[in-house]
Amino acid sequence: METPKEQTNGLIKFLRDSANALLIPLLAVLTAVIVGGAVIASAGGNPFNAYLGLFEGAFGSTKALSETAVWSTPYIFAGLAVALAFKGGLFNIGAEGQLAFGAVASALIGYLPDQMGVRIPAAIHIPLAVGGGMLAGAIWAAIPGALKAYTGGHEVINTIMMNYIALNLTSFLLNGPMRDPDPLNLSARTPEIALSARIPPIFAVLRIHWGFVLALLIAVFIWWLLWKTTLGFEIRTVGLNPDAAKYAGINVKRTTIITMALSGALAGLAGAIEVTALNYRHELGFSSGYGFDAIAIALLGKSNPMGIVLASILFGAMRNGATRMQFLTQIPVDVISVIQGLILLFVAADTIVRFIYRVRVQEERVTLTRGWGG
Amino acid sequence: MNWRRFGVVAVVIAVLFGVVIVIGKSQTPPLIIITSMLTTTIAVATPLTLGALSGIYCERAGVVNIGIEGMMLAAAFFGWLASLYMNSIFGFAPTPSLIIGVFAAILSGALFALLHAALSITFKVDQIIGGTVVNILAIGVTGFLNRQLFFEKNSIFGGNVPHAPGVLPSIRIPILADIPIFGGIFDQQPITIAAVALVFITHYVLFYTRWGLRTRAVGEHPRAADTVGINVAFMRYANVLIGGCMAGLGGAYFTLQSVSSFEPLMTNGRGFISLAAMIFGNWSPIGSWAASLVFGAAQAMQINLQIFRELIPPQWAFLQQSYIVGLAPYLLTMLILTGVVGKTIPPAADGQPYEK
Repeated sequence: METPKEQTNGLIKFLRDSANALLIPLLAVLTAVIVGGAVIASAGGNPFNAYLGLFEGAFGSTKALSETAVWSTPYIFAGLAVALAFKGGLFNIGAEGQLAFGAVASALIGYLPDQMGVRIPAAIHIPLAVGGGMLAGAIWAAIPGALKAYTGGHEVINTIMMNYIALNLTSFLLNGPMRDPDPLNLSARTPEIALSARIPPIFAVLRIHWGFVLALLIAVFIWWLLWKTTLGFEIRTVGLNPDAAKYAGINVKRTTIITMALSGALAGLAGAIEVTALNYRHELGFSSGYGFDAIAIALLGKSNPMGIVLASILFGAMRNGATRMQFLTQIPVDVISVIQGLILLFVAADTIVRFIYRVRVQEERVTLTRGWGG
Repeated sequence: MNWRRFGVVAVVIAVLFGVVIVIGKSQTPPLIIITSMLTTTIAVATPLTLGALSGIYCERAGVVNIGIEGMMLAAAFFGWLASLYMNSIFGFAPTPSLIIGVFAAILSGALFALLHAALSITFKVDQIIGGTVVNILAIGVTGFLNRQLFFEKNSIFGGNVPHAPGVLPSIRIPILADIPIFGGIFDQQPITIAAVALVFITHYVLFYTRWGLRTRAVGEHPRAADTVGINVAFMRYANVLIGGCMAGLGGAYFTLQSVSSFEPLMTNGRGFISLAAMIFGNWSPIGSWAASLVFGAAQAMQINLQIFRELIPPQWAFLQQSYIVGLAPYLLTMLILTGVVGKTIPPAADGQPYEK
């Protein structure tokens, strides 16, 4: 039996642990915002006005809040994708390509039946389009996963190569076989998907869509998967120590491929949701930058699903608010990339943050650099 | 790098050349095609060669560097920026502006390398994450400054891209460039000549000097090196900085030698491909150069096929699709990493921070 005193201690311990987990990311964001302010000032802008504009643009109205949610949605999926791979000791830099491929597959499934004159009820068409996107992403990530498992080829370079291959193939498809045949169309994009493949909007006037709700549910699901299931235990064990995992009877090769496939499925889902719930088509270039942002989000969120939701909303808010900031202060939207890079820098090099703010708490680290293979 | 690997390189290059020769031979004599392909191959392999040398200095000293891409991108931008400043604001003639640009590029490569060194050696951050930080920061900084300087009306350039000072003029290597037919191969732009020279210089430095021996000792067995009095942290810092200079020179290729403009993300994965060249070359300068030439040949094929576009027979129509032909270097990289062309052995302490 726990005495009341021990229970209080437990509560204090929980609060202290949560505070500690949040402390470093918060300090990292703070430091990045200060350094980013210096960058804005050196570019001739007023940092206070800029940040005020950023905040207003991100949270200042119902529409702003809705847009922030819209921006955050793919970040949550892609951030979870990178984080899941991190937990399995894998660095998935390929979220970008997996997302693009998911979007292409989803768009294809979305518009093709209409072109062929086939009518599919929405109850089947939507899951088909979303599931197809997930599958495409999963396959795109499972290839580097299998190469890692069976040949030792490092997933970092292979996922990057898969990004460029995806970029080339989507350019080929969207300029060629899948190009929107509308005579007024001048850009590399697919036709619009059928009405039956579209996830209906939540409100008529706002762009916030069910994808955001789904993203939150998936975050909970990934938490459950990682910490409450055997598969999650296997993924985490392989991530912490593949040799120990092998000794304990875990099939390391199989787990590696499954981890990458799941990671790719999440990234593919990000693309599929953008197509089925928001844009209703895939256009070339829309996905550029998500892959690297997702890495920053996964690191900022410490690979914890709840942390990733928070980090995604922060990144979504910055992307969304940046337009208002540019309008008010003439500071280009691109400054957000600098601030995000700085956040990543201070999160990754937490020793710097610990040094500046004299924080002493230590925590476990994931090891990713284990030689190149080949 | 053993002879079998050089054999693989020779065969792949011969096949890539062969495709162009077969298609173009009705219009241009094969010897001329071979010369033109060789010239292009060596030229377009330049950033890969320098990127691979960058990786070799870092990894021989035990620091994994996936930030080469970011270092190149930053160098491409700042080198170009410096040349524009010199040319259009300080009124320097084009060639001196470009030369100052090259030095600015090397310096910015070194600065980003310093960040990577600090992260991985002093702060002991996971080196792949450290390299990713370099890449993301480089994308952010170049994207932001590119927009701020050239598209905002209140900037020093008044919201326009000023007239660029052109590209570095090519240098004819005496005697060699006068050889009939093949002479063109020795008529190259300066960064390419420097890159080829640096391949052999690096080979000499790594394997025939005290510095090279110490570098390799630090990368293979830092504790042993420390025991005999080698300063591990210093050697690692110095080599990562040298690597940064190599990547910086490689970056200069994009905006000062190849074309005279900057586009966001213009390095297009060359930094990552050069890591594959380094691995294929088994961390040796000459081997990595050979591997870079394979990628160069793949790109040269793509360029030369554009010239012979009309001659491509219908059953080879896919060769007309630049998106499809453009896949070659990436697929080649993945193939190399699978180890089907033989296993490679990285430096033993590659990627491990040294705890004293």
